[in-house]
Amino acid sequence: MSKMKALVCRECGKEYPPKAIHVCEMCFGPLEVKYNYDEIKSTISRKKIEQGPNSMWRYIDLLPVESTAIIGPHAGLTPLVRAKNLGAHLGIDELYIKNDTVNHPTLSFKDRVVSVALTRARELGFETVACASTGNLANSVAAHAAAAGMKCYVFIPADLEAAKVLGNLIYKPNVVEVEGNYDDVNRLCSEIAGEHGWAFVNINIRPYYAEGSKTLAFETVEQLGWRTPDQAVIPMASGSLLTKIWKGLHEMQALGLVDQVRTKINGAQAEGCSPIATAFKAGRDFFKPVKPKTIAKSLAIGNPADGYYALKATAESKGAMDAVTDEEVVEGIKLLAQTEGIFAETAGGVTIGVLCKLVKQGLIKKNDVTVAYITGNGLKTQEAVVDAVGRPFRIQPSLVNFQKTFKMGKNGGGES
Amino acid sequence: MTSLRFHIRFPENKIKEPIIYQIGHEYKVVTNVRRADVRETTGWMDLELTGETEEIERAIDGIRTKGCVVDPIELNVVE
Ligand SMILES: Cc1ncc(COP(=O)(O)O)c(C=O)c1O
Ligand SMILES: [Zn+2]
Repeated sequence: MSKMKALVCRECGKEYPPKAIHVCEMCFGPLEVKYNYDEIKSTISRKKIEQGPNSMWRYIDLLPVESTAIIGPHAGLTPLVRAKNLGAHLGIDELYIKNDTVNHPTLSFKDRVVSVALTRARELGFETVACASTGNLANSVAAHAAAAGMKCYVFIPADLEAAKVLGNLIYKPNVVEVEGNYDDVNRLCSEIAGEHGWAFVNINIRPYYAEGSKTLAFETVEQLGWRTPDQAVIPMASGSLLTKIWKGLHEMQALGLVDQVRTKINGAQAEGCSPIATAFKAGRDFFKPVKPKTIAKSLAIGNPADGYYALKATAESKGAMDAVTDEEVVEGIKLLAQTEGIFAETAGGVTIGVLCKLVKQGLIKKNDVTVAYITGNGLKTQEAVVDAVGRPFRIQPSLVNFQKTFKMGKNGGGES
Repeated sequence: MTSLRFHIRFPENKIKEPIIYQIGHEYKVVTNVRRADVRETTGWMDLELTGETEEIERAIDGIRTKGCVVDPIELNVVE
């Protein structure tokens, strides 16, 4: 028997064979991978995982692929950094940063989901992969497709910044600029995915793709010495990452890898695009779509596919959600860089900003073991902080001038 | 013939209007509602439209003109 049992509808429970489909034929609900946990339980163990590869693929037993011909074999297993300085600043004892700014190969957590998506796509017989993206997802799909020798189409809105387009062109995918606004690109891509025999990673391959995010939960637990954290702070765009971290924690419990899940799941958004956090705070089980306006572009999804499920996961875990302003995003990026030496993109600023708020509100307590998920690299969104980092000291090329500037040595006084 | 799937949202003031019935009459498309949630102040439905592609696109424009918001069934896919 295979570890993958079926695709199952999240709404009506109808099952389908694990092919490239993503919507239930009956009720149009989204599909998700269902596993044979009894079978997996008989082979998986902490020891087996610890002896596996130094990547997220040490959890292959819980990922929806059948072959061992992995595309993206180095993704994941990023550092879990004990953030003593930031913890002290916030007044919490045991804070960790799950640092996906150094994910391989494109420096965001998307390398996890794309690695699973392309591996599955190739084993389902696809030769062409595609995605619609303005940033991290496109980078990752283009890079993995290049390495795997697969054909690749990346769809972007025609008004995307030049630097972001270049980050994709370097891998030589077919970059298609679609004239029109976000909604036009969105609709076109959904229609293309329905018409062409391509693996659209976040459309018809989405049930597999999304499972890659579970590895962030698995790694955290293993790196904490097989403990679940008390608190997790997670950025949300579509809400998939948060939903899958919750799922991953429960899988570990079901398989006996941890005793109990005591984690409160907390969702973070930017105020300029916070449909999920706003609904949560209003006590609603549904969200109202918005038109995004925030510097946190990687989280700017106004009508999030997994928003409903993210609301459910957070409520079940007794966690919370909150949103921060663009100024707080920039402050969050600076705070993380200046306390822990980690330069995050805007999504990381959102996470740190919301972490600060939850601590201030007393929702995260001093002795809670807390993990903040930092999912992308600051070198990709430098424009967000360019006016907030100050200027270098400018000096004449003379020792005297240098020492005076820093008030040191014979000529400047102070420390030498 | 093509079949396309959409997620349609109704603003509060349109909840009581028979929009899907009207669309079925005004355009050459077959409407098929699969799932819906209509409450006092919000409403949505997951809908399949079957017909010629151009006629489906005209029907979608028609639904928009009536004040509804139309997204593909997957909602936002540009990440
Ligand atoms: C850096 C970064 N963090 C977090 C997210 C959120 O992921 P999700 O759409 O699964 O909520 C994204 C997604 O686009 C991202 O690029
Ligand atoms: Zn269903």
